Amino acid sequence: MSDTRPIIEIDRLVKTFGFLPVLRQVSLSIPRGQFVALLGANGSGKSTLLRLIAGLIKPGEGEIRVGGWLIPAEAAAVRPQIGMVSHKALLYDNLTARENLRFYARLYNLPADQAEARIQELLQQVGLWKRGESLVRTFSRGMQQRLSIARALLHNPHVLLFDEPHTGLDQEAGAALDALLQSAHAAGHTIIMTTHELDRAARLAERAIIIHRGKVAYDAATTPALPVLYREITGTAPTP
Amino acid sequence: MNTPFTRVMFSIIRKDLLAELRSRELVGTMLMFALLSVLIFSFALELDRVARQEAISGVLWVTIIFGSILGLNRSMGMERDNGNMDAMLLAPISRPAIFAGKFLGNLLFTLVVGLLLLPLTTILYNISVISGWMLVILGLGIFGFCVTGTLIATMTVQTRAREALLPIALLPVALPLLLAAVKATTAILNNVPFADWGTWAQILLVIDVVYLVVCVLAFEYVIED
Repeated sequence: MSDTRPIIEIDRLVKTFGFLPVLRQVSLSIPRGQFVALLGANGSGKSTLLRLIAGLIKPGEGEIRVGGWLIPAEAAAVRPQIGMVSHKALLYDNLTARENLRFYARLYNLPADQAEARIQELLQQVGLWKRGESLVRTFSRGMQQRLSIARALLHNPHVLLFDEPHTGLDQEAGAALDALLQSAHAAGHTIIMTTHELDRAARLAERAIIIHRGKVAYDAATTPALPVLYREITGTAPTP
Repeated sequence: MNTPFTRVMFSIIRKDLLAELRSRELVGTMLMFALLSVLIFSFALELDRVARQEAISGVLWVTIIFGSILGLNRSMGMERDNGNMDAMLLAPISRPAIFAGKFLGNLLFTLVVGLLLLPLTTILYNISVISGWMLVILGLGIFGFCVTGTLIATMTVQTRAREALLPIALLPVALPLLLAAVKATTAILNNVPFADWGTWAQILLVIDVVYLVVCVLAFEYVIED
């Protein structure tokens, strides 16, 4: 029988930086396998919410559970379930693509033989198998982002967090990234992606959450009318 | 369950060594600084042999410390620039293992520079600074400095003015360690019997142990929000 419990449960989450409230009483429930677009203006709290789910920062008040485990108290059990791709590459420039993946495979304690097979599989999946021995500093931004996805998928996590992954990508690289996101979703990963590109969010995700002034202002299925709704809620035009 | 401590620690050291072999940014910069610094001091301090013998331990340690600061900034900057520290923190690994890996990498690079500096100083100052005790004091001094340096560089690397902030934050903390190292080095160079300067070596050892324990415990709080 499949697990029908939500993989992510957030209850009355509050986060402040100093005296500045960033998230205010945010409650969410995300079922396993869902693709969620997290939208909002700059400074609305999207990236903070992702970093809280990833366990990179601690909540002020409220609860976050991933796979039933509480963050940060049970973070050790949560970490293997999460993969994250950010607008930064999270890769070492002076290592090759394969060396980067090997390093992270060791950190995730993958046995050496399994790790090699997995690295080969992922390099093929992201279209970088011919560049496995190239230094990351020779990669274009699009190639770095694809390798970053391979890194995030290395340990086969349940949840994938994408923090503005399309930043700095041209149209072709953006389309290649979309294809990878769709294949990860088809493979059953739960995906939460922050973005400013509403058309892309409507096309890729099945659910949109708009964060406005630290609160959930909209939470429903994606619709082609998302840009209009976004403008009405936030009072700002989305990034073209 | 977390990945075993030693696997994480050796993976980080191996990664740092590999990256350094490719770029030679860290040791190369530190060595160039050390060479120039010793050269400048040798021209600036045109002293007689006795005065030189008194000044040389200061020259040696000032060069090692500032060279090491350059390396620490670069080493921790590498983890911050592309968000690699976040990627490590996402992995199921203990935070002290990250500290141990980064610290031992920094220690290794600084020891290489320190060891190369000894024959260089011997040639330029015409005073033999290579001896068994000298190596012990060099090792103890660099150990303590790299322990505190790794922790404080982890903090300062998150700020905009990290290059300026690291020496300002690190030097006062490292002062007792430097004092003991300089005193012991001066005594060794003046052939003072161990019984007369051994206390400085013991103080250095105690400082190293205390700093190591404090820094390992504090690292988790420094690295996480």
